[in-house]
Amino acid sequence: MMKEAPASAPRDSISAAIRAAAATGRPALVGFLTAGFPTRRGFKENLAAVADECDVVEIGVPFTDPMADGTTIQRASFAALADGVTLPWILEELAGLNPRHTAPTLLMSYLNPLLKFGLDKLPRAAASAGVAGFIVPDLPYEESGDLKSALDGEGLALVQMVTPVTPPQRLNMLCREARGFVYAVTMTGTTGTLQGPAAELPPDVLEYMDRVRSCSTAPVCAGFGIRSREQVARFTGHADGVVVGSALVEVLERGGDVRAFLRSLRGP
Amino acid sequence: MNSLLRTTSAPVFPDARGRYGTFGGRYVPETLVPALDRLQAGVDQYLHSADFQSEFVHELKTWVGRPTALSYAPTLSKRWGAQVWLKREDLAHTGAHKINNAVGQILLAKRLGAKRIIAETGAGQHGVASAAAAARLGMPCVVYMGAVDVERQAPNVGRMHLLGAKVVPVTGGDATLRAAIDEALRDWVSDPDGTYYCLGSAVGPHPYPYLVRELQSVIGREARAQMLEQAGGLPDVAVACVGGGSNAIGLFHPFLGDAAVKLLGVEAGGRGTGLGDNAASLTSGTPGVLQGSYTLILQDAYGQVQETHSVSAGLDYSGVGPEHAYLMTSKRVAYESVMDEEALDALAECAKFEGILTAIESAHAFYGARRYAKAHPGAKILIGCSGRGDKDMPILQRTLLKDL
Repeated sequence: MMKEAPASAPRDSISAAIRAAAATGRPALVGFLTAGFPTRRGFKENLAAVADECDVVEIGVPFTDPMADGTTIQRASFAALADGVTLPWILEELAGLNPRHTAPTLLMSYLNPLLKFGLDKLPRAAASAGVAGFIVPDLPYEESGDLKSALDGEGLALVQMVTPVTPPQRLNMLCREARGFVYAVTMTGTTGTLQGPAAELPPDVLEYMDRVRSCSTAPVCAGFGIRSREQVARFTGHADGVVVGSALVEVLERGGDVRAFLRSLRGP
Repeated sequence: MNSLLRTTSAPVFPDARGRYGTFGGRYVPETLVPALDRLQAGVDQYLHSADFQSEFVHELKTWVGRPTALSYAPTLSKRWGAQVWLKREDLAHTGAHKINNAVGQILLAKRLGAKRIIAETGAGQHGVASAAAAARLGMPCVVYMGAVDVERQAPNVGRMHLLGAKVVPVTGGDATLRAAIDEALRDWVSDPDGTYYCLGSAVGPHPYPYLVRELQSVIGREARAQMLEQAGGLPDVAVACVGGGSNAIGLFHPFLGDAAVKLLGVEAGGRGTGLGDNAASLTSGTPGVLQGSYTLILQDAYGQVQETHSVSAGLDYSGVGPEHAYLMTSKRVAYESVMDEEALDALAECAKFEGILTAIESAHAFYGARRYAKAHPGAKILIGCSGRGDKDMPILQRTLLKDL
């Protein structure tokens, strides 16, 4: 049985935060960190740093078969699993935060850990832990009905991904159905494919972003391969937000200063 | 003969969404959705077209060496108190059934305009088959192979190199077949337009389980006709080993409509029933999504996919094709497991008494058949001898031959 979504659904906080940031003339910053990486003990502190510096937080639930992720997030995922990170643990940690972070929080998880948790219990448990939505990289639109209607009951978003190879008609359809934001993958490939400061995004990435935005009423965030202030600045006026993932996980991996790194992306 | 070669059961599954009952589907990153749509369109347009079929059949006949023989096994028959017949996929070019699928898919890839072939491999047989078929059809080929398998199936790595393929060892994850599939999927995500992913088993997102089944069903169609001709009737039971399940579905599918023919799939029981000690996803697994498909998988309480153990690299996989999950829950096919030691024992018996060194994978089916024979004296048994065992010499040196 499906419940009516509350009048102000948690998922609305995501689009509101992105729009508020974009209104100041810069793309909103969505920061990704793998839960419990590099250690479970440091999770709350790292999360606080990301939540303070970013407009939206994306927490990665580790999985044994992260097929959409490049080597950096794979490594973080395997390390977190080895340290005993599980979805129930993550939800418990989030539920125990007092006060809660103001930046809306999403969970990025492959489908199987969510199925095992139980789609009947997941929305309630996630909402109670302050989670506003989910990103599920191995769940295309055609298979997403069950999870989407389960999340709808608690007003949680299921963020839709689109890519440069998504055909126009499908792009329209996916954007029309989008909740929270549209996650526009900047290139074909896995996360963290681009390495080093000289790495280039595809030359036509801005036209592509404009195309996605013209289809979508929800805000559009660019993700994959974004790791420098220059790149973030380039998206101004073309994306409502940018997702920084592998580059941030690399900072966590080498024990660097998370806050300083995220501030460096915002420009002077 | 021609009328005997057609599939006797109506192919009810998969449905339009790629489902076999509740199993199957298409769980992939959005980047791959258009590529799978194109593959589906290609399958619909070409797979059963006269032009494609005539080229495919020609390659199977003149290059692969089909039809493969059906051999009576007189000594095993006597020892087991049964009539034992062997469908000899070990005689197919490159030494296993894998070549049927590789040739078919690479012919399809050419029609789809692909520029390069990628493949994953466990035991190395699909890698060798893909490398050979790609060389034959003039396509560059990259094979992803778990680092553990690179070591334990060394002879096949050399074969792939000679056949012109690039072999990429995969060290992430479990460093076996599952990690190799993950890495091949990542490669495909990076170039969904120009690359064709030649998936080696009846697993993965729709339409792969269907495509692989259709290409491998030549095994069962031939075997069915050969049984009628040589054995004077259909078998009481057909037995095949199941890892991902391509040789088993290829053998079983043409018999699905023959209600009197029992079907028995044999999984790798490894060294025991504990999680991580075997690769028996049908008999020990639970429903979940792995590598594009909702099927039965070996997983822990948190939905993390478990590492597997089997003496046979080709069966060492945490999931299984969705059609097998369906055939088990619908009870049309029975599935059992066979332990490492039992498979090695059956391998030794077949080699010594029938002059056939089977792959360790296939030896699981032999042991399952022997067990069936003991319980059903006089039964007419068809065994899918899916591959030859030359590639297994390194592991046989360390096991059966260790005291020599």
